[in-house]
Amino acid sequence: MSVSEIKIGGFGGQGVILTGLVIGQGAALYDDRYSTMTQAFGPEARGSSCSSQVIISDEKILYPYVSHPDVLVVMSQDAYNRFAPSMKHDAGSLLIYESDMVRLGELHGNARSVGIPATRLAEELGRSMVLNIVMVGFFTAVTKLVSPDAARRAVKDLVPRGTETLNLSAFDKGCQHGLEAA
Amino acid sequence: MRSDPVGVLTGRHYLDGNHACCEGALAAGCRFAAGYPITPSTEIVERMAKRFPGVGGLFIQMEDEIAASICLQGAVWAGKKALTVTSGPGLSLMMEHVGYAAITETPCVFVDVQRGGPSTGLPTLPGQADMMQARWGSHGDYEIIALSPSSPQECFDLTIDAFNLSETYRVPVMFMMDECVGHMTERVDIPPADEIQIVPRRYTAKPPDQYQPYAPGENMVPDMVKAGDDYRFHVTGLTHDERGYPAIDAPTQDRMVRRLVDKVRKQADRIVRIEEDQVDGADVVVVAYGITYRVALRAIAMARQKGVRVGSLRLLVCWPFPEQRIRELSGRVRAIVVPEMNLGQMYYEVERCAAGRSRTVLVPHAGGTVHDPGVILEAIMEAAR
Repeated sequence: MSVSEIKIGGFGGQGVILTGLVIGQGAALYDDRYSTMTQAFGPEARGSSCSSQVIISDEKILYPYVSHPDVLVVMSQDAYNRFAPSMKHDAGSLLIYESDMVRLGELHGNARSVGIPATRLAEELGRSMVLNIVMVGFFTAVTKLVSPDAARRAVKDLVPRGTETLNLSAFDKGCQHGLEAA
Repeated sequence: MRSDPVGVLTGRHYLDGNHACCEGALAAGCRFAAGYPITPSTEIVERMAKRFPGVGGLFIQMEDEIAASICLQGAVWAGKKALTVTSGPGLSLMMEHVGYAAITETPCVFVDVQRGGPSTGLPTLPGQADMMQARWGSHGDYEIIALSPSSPQECFDLTIDAFNLSETYRVPVMFMMDECVGHMTERVDIPPADEIQIVPRRYTAKPPDQYQPYAPGENMVPDMVKAGDDYRFHVTGLTHDERGYPAIDAPTQDRMVRRLVDKVRKQADRIVRIEEDQVDGADVVVVAYGITYRVALRAIAMARQKGVRVGSLRLLVCWPFPEQRIRELSGRVRAIVVPEMNLGQMYYEVERCAAGRSRTVLVPHAGGTVHDPGVILEAIMEAAR
């Protein structure tokens, strides 16, 4: 049985919750696995620090919360500072970070770390807003927890109508960087 | 009767509990909702406002919860299936009209996405402290039915059941969600409409001159008429006789109130719904519901790893309470552990039914977040000793 616990952190407006939703929906609907997404809810999710959590499993998920993530995705320094101490610190765990926004310290222990300048890549595509989808593409390629096809379909489902092309190129760009990093 | 395909979003979805509840209402045939949006239930009415008009339904945002909770009853008497959606502070305001639905036997559904209370409490954070209010919140003697889902899929499935139960017994059904389940996203499978059973309203077959609006029919429940259908039509919150007319006297009161209560109490074995796991041979049984059931499952798994024989009993229907089953179990198990996100509500029912035959242990939590599974584990270990 394989269970992976994922936590995504950033500040409100970066699309932290949509990131979790895309990963979770890709796994649940298109990879035919189980997934549960929970999210920060309240004023903190609308501007300041924000997080979402996804569990992906081959079996039905009973306890729905993440305590020590196997994979931590951070899109802000604050998220790194807050969440890295509680992630799993062994070599099998993974920290994914926005390399222009986060300066790594030692908070993630022995976890492997891979960075991507997602915001800059999004800006190159014309909209900094799609940084989260760049991140999803990167996550997909690096972790292989969701198949690229499933994640792509989830992106298409979930982004606002009319922005599919932009978001899919953001996804592909992140994915490509991920394949190089992996 | 099968569900009307117009309202059924057949397919696989990735939805949170709040959205799933709205889809469940539509699949159940609900075409009217009145509400006053309140965190953490807002997504339900947001989706209703979007979805209902497209399927011939209507959502109205009322001026407050008091208005919403009576507005939906007007819609029911005009022939619709209807619900309202709220959270603790709103439920408090609605209580007068829960009583009105009970005495007028108006089939309807009240959804409560529970947050921390009392009063404004914790708008964005979970609680399970409205369980007794759901049961006893309005004045007078009456019975309601209450359900508690633990996942988005159950928010869909059990909302349909809530409507079906409300039609079968003509009671307000309280749908007791919590913030966690409301905002948790998982796969929700919505079956084709022809696989969804719905209970249609039971209208009278009698001609107008023979119809008595409160003469008990099948299951002690009277048949209904629709306003404007050429029947004498009188709905009142006063004590009324079988003809529906006010009768302010003790014999009528006795007859009416007993029937309101008995139609649920005496048929409780048909309504009660629990789910058990490894209860046979268990030393300890954990009784839980809603999100806390899923948190307790982790503690139960840890306890089993330590060799404790622990079973679980989940309440899908909280009211009526499974008295009979708890009585049976209490003679056989050493202890019953009840974690809930309040400082003791359903626990007191467990304690009452166990009646000293086995130990009962409350694992309280004031709300704001779920229990630490370790705390439930500790209670299980202690109880098993």
